[in-house]
Amino acid sequence: MCSWIVEKAEMRGVGKGSDGWFDLKQANVYFDHPFRAAMDHALIIDFVKDPDRPDGRVAVEIDAESAKRLVESINRALTTGEAAHILGDPAHAH
Amino acid sequence: MTENGVIAEHVTFTGDNGDQISAYAARPVGDGRFPGVVVVHHMPGWDDATKQIALKFAFYGYNAICPNLFNRFGEGSADDVAAVARAAGGKADDEFLGDARGAMDYLRALPTSNGKVGIIGFCSGGRQSYLAACKIPELNAAVDCWGGRVIATEDQLTEQQPVAPIDYTSEMEVPLLGIFGNEDSSPTPEDVDKTEEILKEAGKEYEFFRYDEAGHGFFAVDRPGYRPVQATEAWAEVFRFYEKHLA
Repeated sequence: MCSWIVEKAEMRGVGKGSDGWFDLKQANVYFDHPFRAAMDHALIIDFVKDPDRPDGRVAVEIDAESAKRLVESINRALTTGEAAHILGDPAHAH
Repeated sequence: MTENGVIAEHVTFTGDNGDQISAYAARPVGDGRFPGVVVVHHMPGWDDATKQIALKFAFYGYNAICPNLFNRFGEGSADDVAAVARAAGGKADDEFLGDARGAMDYLRALPTSNGKVGIIGFCSGGRQSYLAACKIPELNAAVDCWGGRVIATEDQLTEQQPVAPIDYTSEMEVPLLGIFGNEDSSPTPEDVDKTEEILKEAGKEYEFFRYDEAGHGFFAVDRPGYRPVQATEAWAEVFRFYEKHLA
């Protein structure tokens, strides 16, 4: 790929990294060369505390099929959850 | 191969805008006169694999330096810093050229320098190597290993990379070696055809080597795309090219 294309999503929530939990600000999503995974290309998600700083990151590098399964799982979980909870208002989520 | 071994260490040099840039430097032991090579890392950052390429050059008798091009994006592990660089749109071309000049000057100033300096880059670094061949005439040779987006469409240009390197080809004064896999998707074989056509039309000194059954990054021994036969042949071309232009 060799591109600098990054899809960015604003986040509200927390992530847990090597130094414990931290508030999330953004998720950066891209399909390109991974750092660690033994793949030529991977779907990479960086959940970050601050996009301008290297500390505070939860990273995953997964293959394309895994990423598609993840998207489906998230959508199913949201659909199921929506039926049982009120989404969008953390005060009512339990 | 150097007979007396190599020395490798972290150093700093003065890069673009006078900034101090960290780098991994490797050089042969001894008081001979050696050519220099600037090793440009790929998009995943200033990682172990690229530093080991600097070591490889030192092993074969070159003073090598691998600058941390993401130096300004913060301190931390290479993968965390590369993530910041990516989210920010990557290394700006002008800043890269300033850093590459600084690395070249560092090598020329070494007491064991023979005065000749080449550059080699991989992936996004291949594109940057092509850019350097066009914009830094003081270099003596440039190697582009599968640089993507040397040719770019209008929508692929960004604030950090505002001009496709191919558009600077008329300015190229440095001999260029290109190494490409015919199964690569960036650059595609068609991209390589077009690049070669433009180099030829412009009358530039270049050599392209293209390998079947090889894709992107086929030198990388720790990735499934590694192709040992093609990589061995291509490395031989790199050293032959540098011997011709840097000895």
